[in-house]
This record gives sequence, structure tokens and C-alpha cells, in this order.
Amino acid sequence: MRNNTKLFLFAITCGILTSNHLIAQSIQNNFSNITLGEVHGNIQLDAQYYIPDSTIGAPKVPEKMLSNGFANINYTRGKFTAGIRYESYLNALQGFDARYQGNGLEYRFASYKSDALEVTIGNFYQQFGSGLVLRSYEERGLGFDNALDGFRLKYEPIKGVYLTGLTGKQRSFMTYGTGVVRGFDGEMQVNETFAKLSDKKLKVMIGGSFVSRFQSADNPSLVLPENVGASAGRFQLSRNNFNLNGEFASKINDPNATNNKIYRPGDAQLLTASYAMKGFAVSVSAERSDNMNFRSDRNATLNNLLLNYTPALNKNHTYSLLTFYPYASQPNGEFQSSEEVNWKAIKKSNYKLDITVNYSAANDLDTTHSLSVDEAHNFQGYKTKSYSFGKTTIFRDFYVEVNQKFGKKYKASLIYSYQEYNKGIIQEPGAPTIYSSIIVADLTYRMQGEKTVRVELQNLSTKQDKHDWAQAMVEYTYNTNWFGALLDQYNYGNEISKERYHYYSATIGYTKNANRITLSYGKQRQGIFCVGGICRQVPASNGITLSVTSSF
Amino acid sequence: MKKIVIGILSFMILTNLSTAQTIAAADVKTVDGKTVNTSKFTNDGKPIIISFWATWCKPCKKELDAIEENYTEWQKETGVKLIAISIDDARSASKVGTEAKSHSWDYEIYVDENQDFKRAMNVNNVPHTFVVDGKGNVVWQHNSYAEGDENHLFEVIKKVAKGEKVTE
Repeated sequence: MRNNTKLFLFAITCGILTSNHLIAQSIQNNFSNITLGEVHGNIQLDAQYYIPDSTIGAPKVPEKMLSNGFANINYTRGKFTAGIRYESYLNALQGFDARYQGNGLEYRFASYKSDALEVTIGNFYQQFGSGLVLRSYEERGLGFDNALDGFRLKYEPIKGVYLTGLTGKQRSFMTYGTGVVRGFDGEMQVNETFAKLSDKKLKVMIGGSFVSRFQSADNPSLVLPENVGASAGRFQLSRNNFNLNGEFASKINDPNATNNKIYRPGDAQLLTASYAMKGFAVSVSAERSDNMNFRSDRNATLNNLLLNYTPALNKNHTYSLLTFYPYASQPNGEFQSSEEVNWKAIKKSNYKLDITVNYSAANDLDTTHSLSVDEAHNFQGYKTKSYSFGKTTIFRDFYVEVNQKFGKKYKASLIYSYQEYNKGIIQEPGAPTIYSSIIVADLTYRMQGEKTVRVELQNLSTKQDKHDWAQAMVEYTYNTNWFGALLDQYNYGNEISKERYHYYSATIGYTKNANRITLSYGKQRQGIFCVGGICRQVPASNGITLSVTSSF
Repeated sequence: MKKIVIGILSFMILTNLSTAQTIAAADVKTVDGKTVNTSKFTNDGKPIIISFWATWCKPCKKELDAIEENYTEWQKETGVKLIAISIDDARSASKVGTEAKSHSWDYEIYVDENQDFKRAMNVNNVPHTFVVDGKGNVVWQHNSYAEGDENHLFEVIKKVAKGEKVTE
């Protein structure tokens, strides 16, 4: 290119660089009704350096350092949204499925929303009702992501009626499953659709869904159904302080890897009733699930390619010794119930008291082994009476929590929980049931200005497994940005005295608006952790951990 | 060369994309089961606090309790409205209403059962609190709760109510 042209273009570029702001301003002034859209996102990085420790069984990690990273970037302009997510597992942290490997754009979508219609192409998450037939979601801290990739339409034909249709394949770690998923859901807010009912005190919602997966038959000795469908109906009734909601689901024959390939159909029911007023609330829930493990691949196991979600109704605990033996929902056979009463002093006072009592239980189903076959001579597996439950206890949790404020400086919580945990059914056949009593005391002292000290003391006593544990934590908040914590979990009751280990850790953290960085050294158990003002799901870890989260 | 110049020009324009953030659009449900789209959140030009919480998140409940103690005064002075979005899933979504009522929170409570709104607002963990100005722009956000943070929050709301810029 000729020198003159080059010089000319160089001058133009300089001019552009210096008048950048003016250009943008003039564009905005001339086309003030056109916006250029917004770009926002978030990132999360968890990196760990592992220290091999044979005494507690911490394995040697050949890579020494492992990390999981996520970055979501979304662009929105008016009715249009598009986004991508970059994930990196180089390599995945301990406790995450090793199939999370490598890096790439694991999630991408585009969607357009007009008043009544919304179209999404690419990846999306979706839940129908309470999730008994379809729940596609992510729980990053646990390495769970069963996103769908395909097409979704949402349509609101008349006020109060919501229709959703979707088709897609499900995410399986760094790739997709073979099953094709189709689903349809309809929901009606009766009081909105029928204008005459809009003022009625009784609010009614009804809905129904149908989900089907197609997977070619792959077993020469069995006649496998290639299309397996599940349907559900749901409702919600609310009146003043009362609420009643339920969902009833059923699935046709679905011989799969988790149910010994039986041809028995499945069903599940979920029902909740509650009453709440200022300062007092009662809630009762029950769930029954019979052969409702539903996936987009009949051969998938563990947490892979799950299509539906049967919730564990027991209280979601946050203190680590309370979640030492956590209940996991058994979709192929469980009957659960959970009742809770909350009472909280209403009057404005410096001595506020609040009390919560919760009783949660889970049993197996009352089944009798059956050699019966259906019309096609397929093995049914077992028989059970509808809505009944069996005699085997899977889980019990009797829980009492008392919180008391003492003026503006002191807050105290005292918790007692008695739990029964059938390890043989929940984890490994042959293991015993564990009976444990747990006490937790959590005290907060607000010092000068923003400085706060929080002390947490916990004790778990049991005659099974590794016997008694104690945990102490001190958390010091210097100001709204800085905090530090020291923790020790001690297995003082272990029958083998040389295995009475201390699982200690030290953490320091910095938060500024939507950015947060924490550094810890030590050992941490899997579960929900609430430290430094944040709660998150954390998998088991050991070593030096760095965590960064940011939203922009 | 022409392509490079056009490329540079486009880049210059694109980097001036608005950094203002509006409330993302997602469907959430009231405790009664009614579906509401978050793009419809409004407070007649007055500030809004959007606070993500969960029944299992103790710091979240501490924050909402601390704000409740001052809520009436805050509303009188600035007209602020607090919208509390619970990210409880089917395990505890039915307890959102009972928990909120028993704590006597006077906020608008919604359930984001499959975390669609949480993802759309780029929330990583709870508690995560946003302050939205009268024009619907997110002007401040904060992750985590430490005792006394509600005072910082109120300073921000007072500025927003007066139409001042929030710098921190």
C-alpha cells in the first residue's frame, strides 16, 4: 500500500482513538432512542493445592493443583438476550466427577421475548411444577448440571395461562446424552384467567405436564420401550393464611439401570399444607415415590442424565455436624413426611426470641417381591399398596432451634437434633443405622463499630461409625470487607485412639460489593457452608483453597 | 486496511456499550403460586432493594431481620421497597411463605424455584443484594452480609432516593 494511504489511515485511526468519546456521545445524541445493549456476567473460580496426608486418607494428587472455573457472559438488548458460559476443569477438583475434564463453551443460548411469546434456542434450564417429571438445573458447587440443549417455546395465550413446550438433548459432563427429550407444560392461574374470580379470596392454580424421552432399544434379550413418558398434574389453593399444594406424577414402564430393569410403572406424589401469620407458622409436607427414577438414558447412573427431581423434605441444615449424615432422596422407593412449627416474638424488643421445631421422617415402601408379568410377559418386580409405606426407617430428624437476641450486641442460637440414618439404604448395603444426637451453640458478639466475633460450638454423639465428634469455629469480621475464621473438627470419640484426628482450617476473605475472594488452608467436609456471611455448597476438600467470585 | 479501520471503529463503538444494568426478565412466583415477570418490578420512581435469600441461609435471614427493624423508617424517608427473592428449590420452597411470615417481614416475597432469576442477575451465592434506582437501573450490588451492613445499604438508598450517583 502507498505511504500516503498508510499515513492517512494512521491519522484517521488516531483521530478515532482520541474522539472515541465524542463519537459515542454523538451517536447517542442522534440516535437516543437506540440503545446498544448491555453486557453482564459472572465468574467463579475454585482452585486447590492438595497436600497428601496419609493419616486422614487424603490421596496424593498427581497434578498437585486442581481448579474449576466458570465464566458467564450475557448480552441483553431490548427483547433479545444471548449468552455463553465458558467452563474449565484443568483438572476438576477432588470430589467432582472425573468426566468433567478440559475446557470449552459448555453453555450457549439465544432468546427472544415478545409480550406473549418467548423463544429460546441452545441451552436452557427448566422445571415443570415441583420437578417430579422434569427438572433441569445446575448446582455448580456439587458439580451437577443437566441442562437441555434444543428449542423451547413459552406462550401466554390469554392472561393467566402459561404454556411451555421443549425438545432437546441433555448435558452429560462435557458432552450430551443420547436420549431425545420432549416436554409440554400448561399452567393456569384461575383467578387471573377468569376476571370474575380475580377478587375472590381463594386463589387457585392448576397445571399439568407431560415429558417423554426417546432412546433406541439396545438390549437384544429384552423388548425395551423406546419412548418412555411421564405425566403429572398439580394444583395450589391459597386462602388468606392457608396454602395447600400438591403434585401427582406417573411414569410408564421404564426398565433401567437403577431398578433392575423391571417393567413396573412408576408414580410419585408430593403434598404440602401450611398456615402462616405474623410471628407463627406451621407447615406439613409429605412425599411418596415409587420407581420414579427418570433419566434421558436408561443406562445412566449416579447423578448423570437425571430428568426429574424428587425432593428430600427434611430440614436443610447448614451447621456441618447436623449434615454429617445427610438424607438423600430415594426416588425408587421412599415415603417422607416433614412437619415444622415456627414461632417468633413480634413485639419490637431488644430481647427477641424465636423457636423452630421440625420433625422429618423417611421410610421405605411396603413392597412384596413379585414374579408377576404384564400382558407382554415382562417382569414387574414387586407389588405395593398405593399410598402405603413400609416398616424400615430410612431417616429421622427431630430438631429444635432457639434463637435469642440480647440487646444490640449479643445474639445466640441453640440447636438440638436427634437423627437416625440408615446408611445401608442411603449409602452402602450392609452398613448399619446410625443414631446420633447433635447439639449446636452459635454466639455472635458485636464489638465496636463493625467488628463482630462469632463462635460456633458443635457436638455429635453416636455409638456407631466413628463415634463422637466436636467442632469449634471462631469467625472474626473486621469490617464489611474483611473477615477471618479458624475451625477445628475433632473426632475425639473414635474407638481407635490414634485415629482421633483434628480437621482444622484457617480462612481469610475479602468482599467488596459483588467481588469476593477467600483463601483457606486445611480440611473441609462436603456440605453447605456458611462462613463470612455467605452460604454455598462445597464439596469435600483438603489443602490450600482459593475461591473467587465476581458479578459484573 | 478498510476492514481494519471498520473493525477498530466498531470496537470503539461497542466498548461504549451501556454499562448500566436493568433488572433481568425472568418468571418468579408469589407464595400463592401466581407467576410474575421480574421486568414488571416497579416502585413509582423510588428505589428498590432486591435481596436474594434462602430459608437455609442464616446470614440472609440475619440481613432481612436487620433491615426489617428499620424498614418503616427507611420507607418513610426514601419510599424504598424491598423485594426478597428466595432461591429455595422444591425441598424447601413450600416453607418460604411460612418463614417470611413468621419473621414478620413486610417485604414482597417471591420464589425463584429453578433459580432462573438468580442466573439472569449473575448471582453466585446468597445473600446477594441489589439496589435499583427510580429508572430501573441497578446502581449497587453486594454479596455477603456482615453485622452492620444494613447501615451501608441505607446510605446507598438515601443517595439513590435523592438522585445522587452511587460511587462505591
